[in-house]
Amino acid sequence: MAVLTEEQSMLRDAARTWTQEKSPVTAFRKMRDSGAPLGYDPAAFAEMAEMGWTGVIIPEEYGGSDFGYLSLGLILEETGRTLTASPLLSSALAAASAIILGGSDAQKSAYLPKIASGELVATLAIDEGPHHNPEKVALEARKSGSGYTLHGHKTFVLEGMAAGLYVVSARTSGKPGDKEGITLFLVDADAKGVSRKALKLADSRGAANVSFDNVEVGADAVLGEADKGLDLLEKVLDRARAGLAAEMLGAASQAFDVTLDYLKTRVQFGQVIGAFQALQHRAAKMFTDLELARSCVEAALTAIDNGAPDTAELVSLAKAKMGDTLHLVSNEMVQMHGGIGMTDAHDAGLYLKRARAAEASYGGQSYHRDRYARLNGY
Amino acid sequence: MADFGGDLDAFRAEARTWLEANFPPSLKGKSGFGYIEDAGPDDADVKAWTKAMGDKGWGVPTWPAQYGGGGLNREQARVLQQEMQRAGAWNPIGGMGTMMFGPTLLEYGNEAQKQQHIRAIARQEVRWCQGFSEPGAGSDLASLQCKAEDKGDHYLVNGSKIWTSGGQWADMCFCLVRTDTTKKHEGISFLLIDMHAPGVEVRPIKLIAGASPFCETFFTDVKVPKENLVGPLNGGWTIAKRLLQHERSGLSGGGGGGGGGGMFGVSGSAPNLAKTYVGVDETGRIADADLRSRIAAHDMDRRAFQLTAMRTIVESRSNQGPSAATSIMKNAGTKIGQDQAELTLEIMGHQGLGWEGEDFTSEELQAVRGWLGGKATTIFGGSQEIQNNIISKRILGLPDPVTSN
Repeated sequence: MAVLTEEQSMLRDAARTWTQEKSPVTAFRKMRDSGAPLGYDPAAFAEMAEMGWTGVIIPEEYGGSDFGYLSLGLILEETGRTLTASPLLSSALAAASAIILGGSDAQKSAYLPKIASGELVATLAIDEGPHHNPEKVALEARKSGSGYTLHGHKTFVLEGMAAGLYVVSARTSGKPGDKEGITLFLVDADAKGVSRKALKLADSRGAANVSFDNVEVGADAVLGEADKGLDLLEKVLDRARAGLAAEMLGAASQAFDVTLDYLKTRVQFGQVIGAFQALQHRAAKMFTDLELARSCVEAALTAIDNGAPDTAELVSLAKAKMGDTLHLVSNEMVQMHGGIGMTDAHDAGLYLKRARAAEASYGGQSYHRDRYARLNGY
Repeated sequence: MADFGGDLDAFRAEARTWLEANFPPSLKGKSGFGYIEDAGPDDADVKAWTKAMGDKGWGVPTWPAQYGGGGLNREQARVLQQEMQRAGAWNPIGGMGTMMFGPTLLEYGNEAQKQQHIRAIARQEVRWCQGFSEPGAGSDLASLQCKAEDKGDHYLVNGSKIWTSGGQWADMCFCLVRTDTTKKHEGISFLLIDMHAPGVEVRPIKLIAGASPFCETFFTDVKVPKENLVGPLNGGWTIAKRLLQHERSGLSGGGGGGGGGGMFGVSGSAPNLAKTYVGVDETGRIADADLRSRIAAHDMDRRAFQLTAMRTIVESRSNQGPSAATSIMKNAGTKIGQDQAELTLEIMGHQGLGWEGEDFTSEELQAVRGWLGGKATTIFGGSQEIQNNIISKRILGLPDPVTSN
């Protein structure tokens, strides 16, 4: 655990208390079983906003507290522990980062206070296929009059059904795969021509495919600089990836703790199964990987707060190492629980499903290993 | 020595002046012990520098001055290190005496033992070796059989030790011996044996990498003075465990952010080696995508290890107590070192399998020797399996493993 400021310690403790008391895994299970259309509990999200969590990275002049990314990461780690589903990551971290980093004064004033208060859910609509690839943008934005016309599709948009605002990557020149020619737009979800379809994914969260059928937007919808959107998008994505890695750290830590408890209580052959060395060494391996991954996640969040030049590298490191670790721990959680771990009534399956969805979001392990190599010139 | 009253600036000035007066400029920037081996023990400047540091006690800066140490506090020791770096100076005092035995004797030795041995270590006058493992007692160290019998005015030692690093050059051995055959852990004592005494025989063991860094040591009716017993009779196991902690903290390479694995002498980065030996594609990337991905994974492991090493330092400096992460460092660090060696060999292909001769560069020859030698790192100092046992028991609170007997 990183050395925290007093504010950060208080924030983490408050998050731990709230998630354990108000949003335990049973709450997620209940939400899932109720078939909640948004993939999260809006009342719980309103409480999170009430506590200021939705404004942690937003400047004070726009209604936030400006505590930084490590602070928000600490909260996400706690929500990850209990599998709390909410737009905290997609809206209050990812989309808010896009507007903070790329927005005009008018755009910041229009959206940031509403994101900070929880009134508006915003999200990134960037991918167009089953794999994360921010350069592979085909969705077209044609100049029309003083504005643009957007036409195309976005897939696997996190909180896509709840969002009132999309940060959309569109191609204003070039072809899919080109680094140049990508422009980010802010598009209202109720704009004419926007339609969405909920996706039922294994992790029961609120993902959607979103279609843009000749959607007209003004020039003031452009976020940042036209044709140069990829640089901005990468910075935004690095924040989202680090935040998601923090959530994954919480999920993996909890999955490990629950499994370790089981090793100490489950009796077979007249002894607790944790006395078997075959299981002990696998537990030691998980503990080792968790410690290594934690260092990476904390370093990535700290690098963002410090504006460190190697932020992108550290973020890819964190997302890949955390992905590998959560992958391992979630599999071992099922295996070490044996038959009970295969039942829907047990939580192991919930962690396993969330693990794979989180791994795939904002780039999986192979994506980030490749990116790490590219960033280092090989 | 002067009392600096906590005034670090005054100490810094003193250290700087002393280094200017005593560090031979000819040794500036040389690589420490590697250089000593190359230059030989008779190199006049090395001798002078070793004597100066030994007299000053600064080779072991935080050891008590009354026994020949530097008597510095941690802050002063850090300042000394900074000033030595600034001057291009290196510490000529080292080996098992400073790393493992000295700190343990300071904790468990009696006054006479400390007077007798610590100063000699601080002055690099006596070379120590470790007599722990035996042919029949490796990971199960406490099953050791080398015995010491009480003969009234001395102990009579019979038995053998193995993997005695540097045994062929050592003057003294800190040794675990059995003094009670009816108990296991509680029948072990910690004894100091003169390697030049009659009845001590040392045979170097040739290892798979070709060199003989370890020896087999035989004790036949070796007489050892009673005063060479450290700690209570049959109380040696506690001291041994403490000594092993000193050994492991030295082996993980975790303290300095070196990233583990630097210890095998292959300095070229894997990506650059791969570009040379494997080639690049039309975009300048390593041509073999599978290899590239595994190199990236390895580089990331290394970075994660370095970040964890830094985290343990920061956490131990704050008031959080010792970091749980320290327990993982030996396994994590040695694995990274071995992975690097395997990758290097793979990248070099057949060229990385040369044993000797001018068909191979020194880097290529070093790659194969380092790869082989490095296999020892997950075996000695507590094998990786023993480390996992320790994590399971001490950190995770799992019960003692089930045994079949």
